[in-house]
Amino acid sequence: MQTNFTAEQLADSGVAESEKILRKCVHCGFCTATCPTYVTLGNELDSPRGRIYLIKDMLENNRPADKQVVTHIDRCLSCLACMTTCPSGVNYMHLVDHARVHIEKTYKRPLMNRITRALLALVLPYPGRLRASLYAARLGRSFAPLFRAVPGLKPMAAMLELAPPSVPRASNIARPGTHAGAGEKRGRVAILTGCAQPVLKPGINEATVRLLNRIGVEVVVPEGEGCCGALVHHMGREHDALDAARKNIDAWTRQIDRGGLDAIIITASGCGTTIKDYGYMLREDPAYAEKATRVSGLARDITEYLATLELPAPINGAGLVVAYHSACSMQHGQKITVQPKALLKAAGFTVKDPPEGHLCCGSAGVYNILQPEIARTLRDRKVKNIERTKPDLIATGNIGCITQIAGGTDIPIIHTVELLDWVYGGDKPDGVPAAVKATL
Amino acid sequence: MPDLIAFLEPDLAVIGRRPAIIADLAQLLPESCLITEERELVPFDTDAFVSYRRMPLAVVLPETTAQVAAVLKYCNDNAISVVPRGAGTSLSGGAIPQEDAIVIGVSKMNQILEVDYANRAARVQAGVTNISISQAVDADGFFYAPDPSSQLACTIGGNIGMNSGGAHCLKYGVTTNNLMGVRMVMFDGSIVDIGGKALDSSGYDLLGLICGSEGQLGIVTEATVRLLAKPEGARPVLFGFETSVAAGACVTDIIGAGIIPVAIEFMDKPAIEICEAFAHAGYPMDVEALLIVEVEGSDAEMDAMLARIIEIARRHGVKTIRESQSATEAALIWKGRKSAFGATGRIADYICMDGTVPLGQLSYVLAKTSEITDRYGLRVANVFHAGDGNMHPLILFDANDPEESLKAEMAGNDILKLCVDAGGCLTGEHGVGIEKRDLMRHQYSDADLAQQMRVRAAFDPKWILNPSKVFPLEGRNGSQTGNQSALAEEGKAGAARTGKTAA
Repeated sequence: MQTNFTAEQLADSGVAESEKILRKCVHCGFCTATCPTYVTLGNELDSPRGRIYLIKDMLENNRPADKQVVTHIDRCLSCLACMTTCPSGVNYMHLVDHARVHIEKTYKRPLMNRITRALLALVLPYPGRLRASLYAARLGRSFAPLFRAVPGLKPMAAMLELAPPSVPRASNIARPGTHAGAGEKRGRVAILTGCAQPVLKPGINEATVRLLNRIGVEVVVPEGEGCCGALVHHMGREHDALDAARKNIDAWTRQIDRGGLDAIIITASGCGTTIKDYGYMLREDPAYAEKATRVSGLARDITEYLATLELPAPINGAGLVVAYHSACSMQHGQKITVQPKALLKAAGFTVKDPPEGHLCCGSAGVYNILQPEIARTLRDRKVKNIERTKPDLIATGNIGCITQIAGGTDIPIIHTVELLDWVYGGDKPDGVPAAVKATL
Repeated sequence: MPDLIAFLEPDLAVIGRRPAIIADLAQLLPESCLITEERELVPFDTDAFVSYRRMPLAVVLPETTAQVAAVLKYCNDNAISVVPRGAGTSLSGGAIPQEDAIVIGVSKMNQILEVDYANRAARVQAGVTNISISQAVDADGFFYAPDPSSQLACTIGGNIGMNSGGAHCLKYGVTTNNLMGVRMVMFDGSIVDIGGKALDSSGYDLLGLICGSEGQLGIVTEATVRLLAKPEGARPVLFGFETSVAAGACVTDIIGAGIIPVAIEFMDKPAIEICEAFAHAGYPMDVEALLIVEVEGSDAEMDAMLARIIEIARRHGVKTIRESQSATEAALIWKGRKSAFGATGRIADYICMDGTVPLGQLSYVLAKTSEITDRYGLRVANVFHAGDGNMHPLILFDANDPEESLKAEMAGNDILKLCVDAGGCLTGEHGVGIEKRDLMRHQYSDADLAQQMRVRAAFDPKWILNPSKVFPLEGRNGSQTGNQSALAEEGKAGAARTGKTAA
């Protein structure tokens, strides 16, 4: 597609990258078809092609962001279905990331919107603060219907409704240390402890460590790890995101130098997409560019890593029908589509692909808080599609999807690795149906 | 550099009334269906013929036929131009707006209303995507046959407007052969139903007239389309040749032998490289031309037809033959082919031609096409529906180089003229739009065009519907090109005068 940038504009590396991306777009419109917001709203402005055009117009004209552009960019889930669809190789992710930074720098949001976003950025990436907030949310839950009635307070209502009724105890697994593998050592990996996941579902990383240890992999929880930065990154808070990235890169680099790492294991695919992008995010930081690229190169989703290992014969769980929900960050962000299902099948589950599997469930980080109406529509559509496959349970690899989908169905939804840990000798995860159906 | 293709001069009186028009539209539609902010109008200024852009006066995205009717009646009463839009995937600029026009987009009307297997029909809203019809009936063993490469995104409304084809139309026919009925809003807001689930309807074949009328005879809001039973099996086979001429001659002989496979698709070397890089379909990389021939039916049927095709291909010195071994492999072969245009975006900007030629002329036209692009110093990739002679040379250029952009358009015009001169026509399936509008005189005599314009004017006396498209601007209405206000007063006389002037 033709672009109109001056040499002066292109001197800014962010603009230069965006220009390269825009040049690849041929405006064919294929992306509109798989975009969840276009499918829901039927307006090209809420489609990738529309947003690409809005961003192009804003950047070419050196304009600060305005209400219209912000409305449509904010509605983007960053699910990246468009990137799977795009035949031209348009890197929408980097383009929309750049636009979000531009918005953050040039646009003053309405007061309530600012407060909500600041609150999310201050709380979610920090497990201690999140835990405290969840206790508070239990007290505030009864105010949710009241908040929902006031437009500016809808995100608050969504937050209260998403908060779980009880908060699990913090896990020992999250503490820095080394968990040695059993028997012959087959590898050494670091695990991202993360931010929201260990508070909401500490069992996921516990299962990961147990399973890896059982098959001979040493797991290190490095000192100094934190949130991957995805939450603030998607809000356009570039500075905070890069700080979070640097902190993690330092923590993992120390481990690489100390004993070598075969992989950095991530159990929330949303984080995986971002960590695999550290190399790009820090490309202009001479002190970090190389280290960041190395870290990105080592990042693996747990299913990606497990697929490279030989697993023992299954012990538990055969006969259950599992609907596999592929998180957008898994299938579109990281293009991991085969391994999770192959692992589940090898473990003895009957795996079902729900229709419209490419469409987002509406979780998308903090999207379900900031855009609760669209998120709910997408969740209901997702649940309906999953329920059509009549599964005993749902498996997925992202905490955001787990929370989101659980809000719309009674079918248990469990992280893939928790199921695998159970099959290969671990405890049965909470929620797995008690009676195993005999499907002979 | 001036544009090669002109639009109608915008009607300044209409533009001057913009605030009042927007206020009126707000009475006809909910707020979420009306787009009027300048920023938000920009993304509607073009379609997939992205070289040309014009801002619309406003965009409306109705949710019901009644809303379409209300807007159209209003526009006709006030002599305001209207540009219908589906998914905006037109390669001929069929959905590009103009400054004094209101875009009516059907993207919110995206529901499948009824699936009726007993009558092998589906009734859908115009904004339903082509592929979603097949997806909706797939589990029950049915499909909707026309499959434009953009089928993932393009709407059935747009398909009807352009009488779209696709790879599998060789066997199943194009949109017009698979369309059973439409609900259409006429220029004055009246709503008509034409055709239906019965195999034939009384009176003139109006459906045949409407299909392919490029949004100039009315706005289709619902369609009843033919559903077909899926074949027992389908198998795409790759045939690699050392020359395009050999591949072209092979196609001619397959068809000449009375064999009608489901699809015969052609790719030359540049196209193979582009598609393989995107889809990793396993296309042979050491050949100059590739045919994707798909056969379908029972295994025995497929084997029998394939044996005959292989024999013909061997006569033409085929270098490699590869049958797809699995559904996944078949899907990849088609993914590569159907993404060819978009995948070209990875290496260059392009415009895509759509001329159709008699099969016997395939090799000649391919050779001449290369001569033309060579003369302009441009690269060309050929990927097209060889079985029905529908050529799609993709002319590659740099859109940020105005001179090269102009050359690409000129080369395109030369290629289309070549197709007409070879006994073919300007468009197989993409429509005339603005892209081929000024070449219409190369194909039709003034008398022909005048007659077509009379038909058009019978449906839209004020020429408010998609007025810049299809018919060359000169000779429409005496000295004042496309002046709809003048036409409005004259009513049908306007069209008659157009005819007289032209004749």
